[in-house]
Amino acid sequence: MFYREAGQYKTTYQADMSVFPILQDRIGLALIIVAALVLPLVAGEFMIASVMVPFLILALAAIGLNILTGYTGLVSLGTGAFMGVGAYACYKLSTTFPAINILVWIVASGFVSCAVGVLFGLPSLRIKGFYLAVATLAAQFFLQWCFVRVPWLYNYNPSGAIEVPSRTLFGIHVTGASATPTTRYYVALAIVIAVTWIVSNLVHGRVGRSFMAVRDMDIAAQLIGIRLLRTKLLAFAVSSFITGVAGAMMVFLWLGAAEPDAFNINQSFILLFMVIIGGLGSLIGSFFGAALIYVLPIIVRATPETFGLTIGAATVEHLTYLITGALIIFFLIVEPLGLARLWQIGKQKLRVWPFPY
Amino acid sequence: MTNLKASLLALAATTALTAFAFPAQAEDSVFVPLFTYRTGPFAGSGIFIADGMHDYLTMLNERDGGIGGVKIAVEECETGYDTKKGLECYEAVKPKNPVMVNPWSTGITLPLIPRAAVDKIPILSMAYGLSASAQGDTFPWIFNPPDTYWDGFSQILKFIGGQEGGLDKLKGKKIGYIYLDAGFGREPLPLIEQLAKDYGFEAKLYPVAAAEMQNQSAQWLNVRRDRPDYMVMYGWGAMQPTAIKEAVKTNYPMDKFISIWWPSEDDARGAGDGAKGFKMLNWHGSTPDFPVIKDVQKYVVDAGKSQSPKEKVGTTLYNRGVYNSMLIAEAIRTAQQVTGKKVVTGEDVRRGLEDLNIDAARLKALGMEGFTGPIKLSCSDHNGHRPTFVQQWDGTKYVKVSDWIEPLSDKVKPLLQADAKAYAEKNAPWPARTEACDARS
Repeated sequence: MFYREAGQYKTTYQADMSVFPILQDRIGLALIIVAALVLPLVAGEFMIASVMVPFLILALAAIGLNILTGYTGLVSLGTGAFMGVGAYACYKLSTTFPAINILVWIVASGFVSCAVGVLFGLPSLRIKGFYLAVATLAAQFFLQWCFVRVPWLYNYNPSGAIEVPSRTLFGIHVTGASATPTTRYYVALAIVIAVTWIVSNLVHGRVGRSFMAVRDMDIAAQLIGIRLLRTKLLAFAVSSFITGVAGAMMVFLWLGAAEPDAFNINQSFILLFMVIIGGLGSLIGSFFGAALIYVLPIIVRATPETFGLTIGAATVEHLTYLITGALIIFFLIVEPLGLARLWQIGKQKLRVWPFPY
Repeated sequence: MTNLKASLLALAATTALTAFAFPAQAEDSVFVPLFTYRTGPFAGSGIFIADGMHDYLTMLNERDGGIGGVKIAVEECETGYDTKKGLECYEAVKPKNPVMVNPWSTGITLPLIPRAAVDKIPILSMAYGLSASAQGDTFPWIFNPPDTYWDGFSQILKFIGGQEGGLDKLKGKKIGYIYLDAGFGREPLPLIEQLAKDYGFEAKLYPVAAAEMQNQSAQWLNVRRDRPDYMVMYGWGAMQPTAIKEAVKTNYPMDKFISIWWPSEDDARGAGDGAKGFKMLNWHGSTPDFPVIKDVQKYVVDAGKSQSPKEKVGTTLYNRGVYNSMLIAEAIRTAQQVTGKKVVTGEDVRRGLEDLNIDAARLKALGMEGFTGPIKLSCSDHNGHRPTFVQQWDGTKYVKVSDWIEPLSDKVKPLLQADAKAYAEKNAPWPARTEACDARS
């Protein structure tokens, strides 16, 4: 009744082929963006600094991994390390050329991560599936080893950790201790919106279709003229660029400092789980996955206090693991294709509501 | 709209609103958050620290009604030794106006160092954290009494020198250094390099990755091959019992194995009889036979307000937590004296920490006579560089086997100054100190 195209006539081919053909979809998207822009005015500092900023950054990294694993079918376990490459690249660039705008360096570090990703994506022509996952695992361990053992990367700090220098944008502090959570949130939001828009156009276009063709059956894709090596390397390039930018944002806009341990195998697994549970091959699935795996535990941890129950901190931690794990199992049983599929089914049902079909 | 819909909407609205509100400070109290880890790979050490810290502050509330008549609101936040969760805890407790933060992880301390001055919350990283933060002029909001990791290594070296008959006898000896391959383990490496050059010993490094803490057979096979004359360990959590077990397995002479101040009784007990002779540094008692621990037992443990099992009260790491909480309480008390206020803020407690002066008479009043030594901080010295002693595992408990050992200040202090300067340069623009110095005596 509310969500259907009856009455919406397209008069141009361009309108007919648009990504969001239904007006209600576009209104919904506009509402979400407006809500995101207005959020700092209503939400507290904890919500912005510890929930929204990490959520945006992890969702961006999940989008990056989704391009590789969801759209192109190349399982990658090296995402944490590629985030680290972006972070360390941004750190080196920013400390070597402090006068240049930090946003420039965040984007440039994506290109560094892109180059490293293409290098580790070269085996993808010969090996597929789980075996490629092992090759990317090698990337994870090797790059993490580099972060620890190459002192040049962390400017020979005795602690081995990188500290984010204070940088400004138009006179407002954007990184470092003086940067307010609101500023960091808006910068992260801007980058995430821009990258999501670009990636959305990418996956709805020729390149995205070639990725999906490689995922579905790469031999058939080769037969119809898609050059496999180029396509797979392009997938690695785009994916590593996005995860590199996410990694740089993670250190510069969220953590403020990083040890190599922040980019370990656990980080790679968490991102893979976000992508799988959110929905492979879906942009909104990346956001859903990041929300379920990162935001839900925070909500569970904060719940006893808001209801006035005093439970020991360790017990809350254990309960969080239990509840998050149970929800993951539940969602995977109910819908193995992920939360994005549930969203799609929901929209489908809404189109014919109140009729059942 | 039907009644049901209206009431559901109202319920949703109130829940959403309360989710953003935080409980206001009811009645007079000072808020002290405790960043603890009772879960995760470092829980083996973290649980005792958490219990000790929590119990001492609770004892003050129960026995004295708080500090200066103001109760201490204690809240534990579980970090699991994870930096991301630690930062989340920090953001969560910030609106409640904490008077200080004890991160209990070098990994969490490092990102908080630049934030302390902006958020006006002092950080007490007792005997861990960034060693250079001992320089109060560069780090006015960071405190790390009673010793830095660099002091600790120099004290171990002095003890080894004592065993060999003099520091000059170290020439040509091999000293192995097995450490957690994270910020805290790598901290002393520049000092080790410098001391190896000065005294002519060979330093052999054995890093242990945090993910591989319980699998150290490779490192200890290397130790067996290299046969260092002494082994020094900088570990934490699950790394320590594994290291001691591996040392016993590879028949490394236990009396030549000395650790920095982090092992507990359980770490040594797990290795069985072979662990006898294992040494570690300490600066306070490791038994329950002190009036302060007896008070904790009486007012907190016996009253059922503690999460600690009774037999763990008074062990090394439990007493470490008690010492940390003692510093917190004394800082708050000093802040109350200096400012004349009862409910002090983070800025006041920063002054309290800088003016901290716990002498022998105060220790006796606290019930800590013989438990630990006096300590005095100042505006430029946020550490104190106190002496420590070596204690040895005899199979059932730790026994003090040395006198108080002073650190090699002439070697350590110039390096600390240089490191503080380098930190400020690397993190330019680093704010110059604007906080006034109270300069009490």
